[in-house]
Amino acid sequence: MSTRKLALGSAIALVAAGAFAAELPNLGKPITPDDLKAWDITIFPDGTGLPDGNGNSVQGAPIFAAKCAACHGEGATGGVGGALTPGPARASLDGGKSIANFWPYSTTIFDFIRRAMPYNAPHSLTDNEVYALTAYLLNLNRIIGPNDVMNKDSLPKVKLPNAGNFIIRFPERI
Amino acid sequence: MAKRRTDLGAYQPEIVAGNGLLHRRALLGRGMMLAGAAATGVDGSLTSAAAEPMVDPAWTNAPGSLMLPYQVPSRFEKDVVRAVDNPNNLPRNTRARTPHHLLNGIITPNGLHFTICHGGVPDIDPAQHRLVIHGLVKRPLVFTLEDLARYPKVSRIGFVECGGNSAPLFSNTPIQANVTALHGLASCSEWTGVLLSTLLEETGIDPKAKWIIAEGADSPRLTRSVPVAKALDDAMIAMYQNGERIQPGQGYPMRLWLPGYEGNMNVKYIRRLQLTDQPTMSYYESRTYSQILPDGKAYRFYFLQEVKSFITSPSPGLALKDPGIYEVTGVAYSGTGRITKVMISADGGQSWGEAALQDPVLPKAFTRFRMPWRWNGGPAVLQSRAWDEGGNVQPLRADFVALRGQTSRPPDVGAFPSQHFNAITSWGVSNRGEVNHVYA
Repeated sequence: MSTRKLALGSAIALVAAGAFAAELPNLGKPITPDDLKAWDITIFPDGTGLPDGNGNSVQGAPIFAAKCAACHGEGATGGVGGALTPGPARASLDGGKSIANFWPYSTTIFDFIRRAMPYNAPHSLTDNEVYALTAYLLNLNRIIGPNDVMNKDSLPKVKLPNAGNFIIRFPERI
Repeated sequence: MAKRRTDLGAYQPEIVAGNGLLHRRALLGRGMMLAGAAATGVDGSLTSAAAEPMVDPAWTNAPGSLMLPYQVPSRFEKDVVRAVDNPNNLPRNTRARTPHHLLNGIITPNGLHFTICHGGVPDIDPAQHRLVIHGLVKRPLVFTLEDLARYPKVSRIGFVECGGNSAPLFSNTPIQANVTALHGLASCSEWTGVLLSTLLEETGIDPKAKWIIAEGADSPRLTRSVPVAKALDDAMIAMYQNGERIQPGQGYPMRLWLPGYEGNMNVKYIRRLQLTDQPTMSYYESRTYSQILPDGKAYRFYFLQEVKSFITSPSPGLALKDPGIYEVTGVAYSGTGRITKVMISADGGQSWGEAALQDPVLPKAFTRFRMPWRWNGGPAVLQSRAWDEGGNVQPLRADFVALRGQTSRPPDVGAFPSQHFNAITSWGVSNRGEVNHVYA
């Protein structure tokens, strides 16, 4: 093997090992998981990323009334923020997507509330409040009972009825 | 008169399809002039009323105004603006749509690029913005805007289109609205930035990584899962739009640009890229951008914006005045690659003629098409149909909705019954020259 080939081989090995790449400025600064904690909030359908804490629908109802109903309406029946009730038996092109008839994963409820809600003060709820609101919406959609406690173990086990009805459009692109 | 025509070389504009569509070479100067003459059946010199005597207007006889450091369009262009659907900033998402019928060429001016924000437009200090790449990488890294300034950059022209663009065409009856309302959630710019693959070279990738969770610094922390394959193909951390820093509505100071992929995935204000072995199934991918099908199933991870075109002129609101020659023009684009052909019909699809594609014809970018048309003053239905280099063809609406469904009653024009509508749009021209949205 020529020297040049050897050098190239070494460069590839270094890149693969995550060492400094050749001819790039290498200005990225290393960051630890601890320093990233405030941003690293992704929740996955298997429950990965869910924090400690818990809540049930009974606890969630007053939180919803205080912090969500201004946009979503009393009892989540709709407003500028849209309804969060079960809706029709089946969603269609005429509308009506709901947790009961369309959403595939219960973990998405927690993830979205925690990162994006309430609209005027996103990411201001405690994890207990987010669990309680998640439970409130799951109960409203007749998926769980009013006293069922949602936490990092129980929430990913809550299966939503429509989860099996999705088709990946272009599987070759994944 | 017959003799005059002979003298001029016996040029006759070639009719290539029914109801007055002329060969695209009639767009070339002389051909167009003569086609105009032929249209009215008289000599070219007699096609217009005699001009008024010329006078010097006021602006020619006095010096002009102060020159602005950052210039803005003429005050006479005040109506060339986006249509904003949440002017009072209610607590919900807001859309601003591009007025395609008032524009020409392939580049959307920065102030007119469509914008959708799900929590208002953030006011980001670029000096404090950070981009983190972590998860299944060898070295988790943080970059500042200043850091990225030193990385090798590329400029590419390409479109961004909301997955919900053209959604009003899912209505079971044609909704009367202009191009802005129907197709205004697509725009095309030159984007400049650092290829994501360049940054991933620096972090290294764990072979287990299949997805990248992209998250913005906006108030909803908008999140989408992007296949690693796309990130390594042509994804860009874009920082410039048509030569200047990208607009706040487009993601200032940086956005993820995924050429040809659903707009919502092109995460604006990008601040975090987490490499993972599974998608997060965020609100937007698992609910909003999953498309219901007639049988009750739904598509997930559609991603690709498929081959599409629409006529921007004539179009609703741009009425034809007198019979004669008009240019039929519009844009065609495909997330698969280059546009290879655009066909035009003036008789509702009974016959088709090939439009001229204006250079440059670039992959995953708007392509401007043009076609001369002689309107005889009678009813017509104008349609455009595009092909791409992947061999894909823009579907007929009837075929499309047979697969993808339509509403059972007309929705609000701003509703999104489904997404990824790429079938043919039809403009009906009445014998008075009015243009309406029709299904043909």
